[in-house]
Amino acid sequence: MKIVSAVLASVTLAAAAAGVSIPARAQETIKIGEINSYSGLPSFTEPYRKGWQLALEEINAAGGVDGKKLDVISKDDGGKPADAITAANELVSKDGVVMLMGTFFSNIGLAVSDFAKQKKILFLAAEPLTDAITWSKGNRYTFRLRPANYEQAAMLAEEAAKLPAKKWATIAPNYEYGQSAVAVFKKLLSAKRPDIEWVGEQWPPQGKIDAGAVVEAIAKTEPEAILNVTFGPDLVKLVREGNTRGLFKGRVVVSFLTGEPEYLDPLKDEAPEGWIVTGYPWNAVTIPEHAAFLKAYQAKYNDYPRLGSVVGYSVMKSAAAILVKAKSTDSEKLVDAAEGVSVDTPFGKITFRKADHQSTLGAFVGRTALKDGKGVMVDVSYRDGGKYLPPESEVAALRPQE
Amino acid sequence: MTFFFNQFVTGLASASSLFLAACGLSIIFGVSRIVNFSHGAFYMLGAYVAFTLTEYFSSEIGFWGGIVLAALIVAGIGALAEMALLRRIYAAHELLQLLLTFGVTLAVEDLVVLIWGPSDLLGRRAPGLKGAINLFGQLYPTYDLLLIALGPLTLIAVLLLLHQTRWGVLVRAATQDREMVAALGVNQQWLFTGVFALGIFLAAFGGALELPREAVSHTMDLQIITEVLVVVVIGGLGNVLGTFLAAIIVSELNVFGILIFPKISIILVFLVMALVLVVRPWGLLGRAETATRAASGLQVVRWKPLRPRDRLIVLAVIAAAALLPFFCGDYFLTVASEVLIFMLFAASLHLLASAGGLVSFGHAAYFGLGAYGAALALKQFSLPMAPGLLAGTLLGFLGAFVFGWFCVRLSGVYFAMLTLAFAQIVWSIAFQWTEVTGGDNGLIGIWPSTWAASASHFYWLTLALAAGGIALLRVILFSPFGYALRALRDSELRAEAIGLSRHRIQWLAFAAAGAFAALAGALYAFLKGSVFPDNLAIPLSIDGLAMVLLGGVGTVSGGIVGAALYKTLSIWVISHTDYSKLVIGLLIIALVSLFPQGILGALAGWRHRPLKSEAP
Repeated sequence: MKIVSAVLASVTLAAAAAGVSIPARAQETIKIGEINSYSGLPSFTEPYRKGWQLALEEINAAGGVDGKKLDVISKDDGGKPADAITAANELVSKDGVVMLMGTFFSNIGLAVSDFAKQKKILFLAAEPLTDAITWSKGNRYTFRLRPANYEQAAMLAEEAAKLPAKKWATIAPNYEYGQSAVAVFKKLLSAKRPDIEWVGEQWPPQGKIDAGAVVEAIAKTEPEAILNVTFGPDLVKLVREGNTRGLFKGRVVVSFLTGEPEYLDPLKDEAPEGWIVTGYPWNAVTIPEHAAFLKAYQAKYNDYPRLGSVVGYSVMKSAAAILVKAKSTDSEKLVDAAEGVSVDTPFGKITFRKADHQSTLGAFVGRTALKDGKGVMVDVSYRDGGKYLPPESEVAALRPQE
Repeated sequence: MTFFFNQFVTGLASASSLFLAACGLSIIFGVSRIVNFSHGAFYMLGAYVAFTLTEYFSSEIGFWGGIVLAALIVAGIGALAEMALLRRIYAAHELLQLLLTFGVTLAVEDLVVLIWGPSDLLGRRAPGLKGAINLFGQLYPTYDLLLIALGPLTLIAVLLLLHQTRWGVLVRAATQDREMVAALGVNQQWLFTGVFALGIFLAAFGGALELPREAVSHTMDLQIITEVLVVVVIGGLGNVLGTFLAAIIVSELNVFGILIFPKISIILVFLVMALVLVVRPWGLLGRAETATRAASGLQVVRWKPLRPRDRLIVLAVIAAAALLPFFCGDYFLTVASEVLIFMLFAASLHLLASAGGLVSFGHAAYFGLGAYGAALALKQFSLPMAPGLLAGTLLGFLGAFVFGWFCVRLSGVYFAMLTLAFAQIVWSIAFQWTEVTGGDNGLIGIWPSTWAASASHFYWLTLALAAGGIALLRVILFSPFGYALRALRDSELRAEAIGLSRHRIQWLAFAAAGAFAALAGALYAFLKGSVFPDNLAIPLSIDGLAMVLLGGVGTVSGGIVGAALYKTLSIWVISHTDYSKLVIGLLIIALVSLFPQGILGALAGWRHRPLKSEAP
């Protein structure tokens, strides 16, 4: 008997605590909800947070949107979709934000995008790479900033097709991201080069690669070229074992995301050389938009930006651009405004396509090299994301009918 | 042929590194019966400290010295943790140590990010062992050869220490009968501290040795902890040689398995464990557990059903809860619904753990089956919500019915580990069967039917089902079936002598608990609008145990109180800080240290002080 009352008391207490914790916010602000895996993936989300905070500061210093300051309420999702939904619900139902942005993992992005559809609130997905979020499970309320898996695969497949190699093997983490990366890359490359033969594949569990065994298993299939999709600690193990065991000698490696500072920098002087990668060579980007961003970022944080910083910065700028264009905080008007909105980012001007809500933000493709005991990207060129997406007339068929 | 030989040697290196990580756990496990969940955290700490030391002492001696010194430092930390925390709760329920070490793990995971920063760190290669040698035409890393040697050497050293020294004899004696060793004048406290420090030394040593092979990151602990637990159990609890054999079997199967099934790694160890435990209930080299003395303080107060007056109060409280939607906003109601769902989930686990004495490490499997059952009913068969809830409950019940038959053949930690193995098998099916379950991208769009769509209606539905479910669980607890279950927990021999079939009764209890967990899971699917593999993953099972233990495993309603407290706290903390793991970890440590009998247990103990002193 005391039990249930104790339970209810604790529930009520917590609710009261949650209730009073809303700081009195001025009427003249526009509230934006932000969710990301700050505790689950700090190596990416710390720079990401610095990025959006810099952009927020700039926007508010310039007078905000329509005379109103922007106010970002940020929540951690602990790397779990269910916790992300709790956070989204708090932001929408309690804090009354006008839109949601953020997320890293694909499954969390999908969960929040479905929540956004249900609650009819705009969601600007920053980082999730899965194609499903804009295509097979796309919805009216969800937009995505980063170049999708499909685009990264298309950029790399274009380069891979120029190589003489005919026998290919693949190494990818065993989950949706790895699976669809390999599937799209295979499809696009085989379409360009019907002579290519896929001789081997390895699917180590994410975070638990037995690198020595994987390297030997791949070497046994005697490929001329290798596609790698692993990243983070798995990539480090793979590179170390592969270098020592001579797997990469005389073979070209094409690798997703490896040129991003988040993944390349930890490899220090063991960074692989000559890999064809997508990424972000922060000290080799020359356009003026980036120079301004770089200067402001280094001045504020005394650190160089990672790709996460650019994503955070750009997603904040996108949110502001949508609000400016909509001249309203009504969800439907925001969505209408977001379709086709143009945003200035450190990578130049991007547009959120009307047909599939995918931004045209691109990525850099280049080769890895060692310079002063650090991995860098050389022969870099920026690939505009819009050029690697299927045309807008085709993608409508990929999306569910609403 | 040479390829297979080389692959075999590669497997040996993995086996050695796995054994080095696992053997400390096995020793601690065998001697003090602690399921040391923080083993992975200390393994990770070893790697981090070794990183700092080897960067600082850059000479050749500095590298090896740094590795050993790191292990010593971390062992010192481990010894302090044992003295400050674990020592206080040896007398309590043995699972409390699991919960405490779980709290330590959570805290350490955030601490390393605070201390060493968020980026992955790349340690130095071992001086002199950077390259590879040519082994029958294939390059083979020299460092791996060192590992292959270090595994068996460590095994021999540990066996010698345990069997040829006086200290080892005392430790083994303490393993068999703690109180007798104490009665003979041995300071067993220091014995236990010593064993714990040795185990942690080996964990940190194993972690430090990974420095030249992998990146140091704050996820190292979770990568290793389940794997080493499984290896230790396959080998047989506390049997270091068994651990060694298990590490070799698992690693070699993996090395050759991926040649035929490139996706096998994700589930292999759990398949092996399930098979081994079904065939050999005590692991490869383990022996049947001797009946341990009933942990004192398991039951503070005799369990009694509610008196009529109390029933009225409970009804009044439920009625008051039903009025909440008239005073609270949508967010609060959704949180309250989530708390209610976890109260039901914890209550179902509580029936098993407290009345049945069956501690499941895989209870999330049935919660998750419930969620997936409901989601699939919607997605595959286009059923509305109500039949969806039913379908989920049924699927969970079926899962528990099938797996339960195997699980309840075992007892103690082996039972726990088999439930874990089945849960991981279910998890990997959900994770891999993309066409049906959506893989790790899950199933989305699982929203309630229109009549229950609003937050208040869904809350009422949840309240009705959770209160009904919990009431039903109580009815079961105080039915003859419940008494039989408790009789089997307290004395299997006597219970069987009066005609109670242990297997049948525990099996039914397992299936029933699974069904209630599944109902909770099905509700959860509609609350969140989506289902993901982490709805049936290990962390959720651990959360469930944390709820039961925080509330008090020796009480009637501990699970309910623990769930309300744990869930509200974690929702609140995660909403207010990015260091939720640190905060929750420290809270768990504090609560366990203050209330070893759980919060309700402490309350009951306080209210019934005279009774407690009467107890023998």
